[in-house]
Amino acid sequence: MNTAPKILLVDDDQAFLDLYEELLSRHLPSMPTVRVASSGSRALALLESEPFTMLCVDLNMPRMDGLQVLSIARRKYPQMRLVALTAERDEQFRARAYALGVDQYWIKPESDAEVGQLLESIESLLQRESQGGFRGVQSKSLVDIIQLECLSQSTTLLRITNGHAEGRIWVHQGEVIDAETGELVGEAAFHRILSWKAGNFELLPSDPDRPRRIHTSYQGLLLDTAQAFDEATSQHGEVAASLPPTGQPASSLAALSETEGVEFLLATGTADPQRLEHWSVENPAPIATWTRDLMRSFNALGEKLRVGPVNLVVGGNLRRKLAIAQSGDTLLCVGFRSTAGADQVRDGMKEILSKWAS
Amino acid sequence: MGLLNLLSRSDQPALMTLPTGSFVLDREGNTMTSTLPRSFPAQYTKDIGTRVLQAFQKAREAHLPLTELTIHYGAFKVLARELRGGAMIFLMPVSTPPTQAVKSN
Repeated sequence: MNTAPKILLVDDDQAFLDLYEELLSRHLPSMPTVRVASSGSRALALLESEPFTMLCVDLNMPRMDGLQVLSIARRKYPQMRLVALTAERDEQFRARAYALGVDQYWIKPESDAEVGQLLESIESLLQRESQGGFRGVQSKSLVDIIQLECLSQSTTLLRITNGHAEGRIWVHQGEVIDAETGELVGEAAFHRILSWKAGNFELLPSDPDRPRRIHTSYQGLLLDTAQAFDEATSQHGEVAASLPPTGQPASSLAALSETEGVEFLLATGTADPQRLEHWSVENPAPIATWTRDLMRSFNALGEKLRVGPVNLVVGGNLRRKLAIAQSGDTLLCVGFRSTAGADQVRDGMKEILSKWAS
Repeated sequence: MGLLNLLSRSDQPALMTLPTGSFVLDREGNTMTSTLPRSFPAQYTKDIGTRVLQAFQKAREAHLPLTELTIHYGAFKVLARELRGGAMIFLMPVSTPPTQAVKSN
């Protein structure tokens, strides 16, 4: 059985395709099978007919441009690695490509050194298996990643994202010295971050000036986290047993309402209109319908404009402000006091999404 | 050969750049004024406008009338203000490369 990774290279420049087909197939240690396509439609047809590990796409192509190809590919093949390989230096396109979910954005190399960096980076992406968990080192949990970093005596900064929530863990010479997410810092932040079940992470250059807030050993921290997780699981099991099979306990929304400035909360399924939980909402059903319609409509617009899915919707009138965001297959619509500023609404929503994801 | 390649690619259509600008719609969805560049297809302007007006309309029907709505995408922002059934809509590309976003913290 052939287990070599497969790369699909898409560009309307045949000379470029010929050159990179050879470079990728002969110079990468994983010896990938490389297929080429000279148009977006041809690429999509190939993707339909056989599985690929990675798709490398030029952006500037006639008829179907690269952003369109990437958008479709990300939606239909979420596990596939996506690389934009383009001559476009405009930051707008870089931002849009990342918003569409590409793993890497590369300007077409102009020197041997740049070709070397590109090949190295593609090889690194190919080495990562796609089995869920934290993207970056798939099939590993966040606990595994931290253990790896600590055991190898690394000094690094781990940036972890989980939907809208973002966390950072500082590792210095194999010890966890600090963590931060939202308003939490130190051990509290560390435990919150480790409660996230999935997400993305990246290793950033270390920050030598970071003051030490965590003095517990990493083994101790991970033990505490495991213990907290076990307790939460057992409590959740007890609560779940006393509740109807659908939905989370109503108290989960009530707990989110403790966020500063929150007036009401509503959670509904992205596709399942029957899923509806609410706290302090007078007319939940029409608001849930509006929330779903709004997100569906503007996600479709995002796809059309090739700017990715909606991250956040903020609305308001004289009486209140509201924010809508998606977490997994749930849409959260949150009402805030009218006096809440834009920053407070945004930060409040981040906090709510982070708690909801945990 | 390289020069030929360069010349042969010069006439290919460029990627659509998202505009910065605003436009005003009446309650029927007709564009009254616009500061958007002509290169931005009119069908997109109409599509954005229709979705915004529908969002305001349906919010009223859900007893949640709104005067302002901002849609944040990863790389784009649509800000709309309700104007007596119509709307004033601002379009703003957001170009913050991830590396810069990381460094800012």
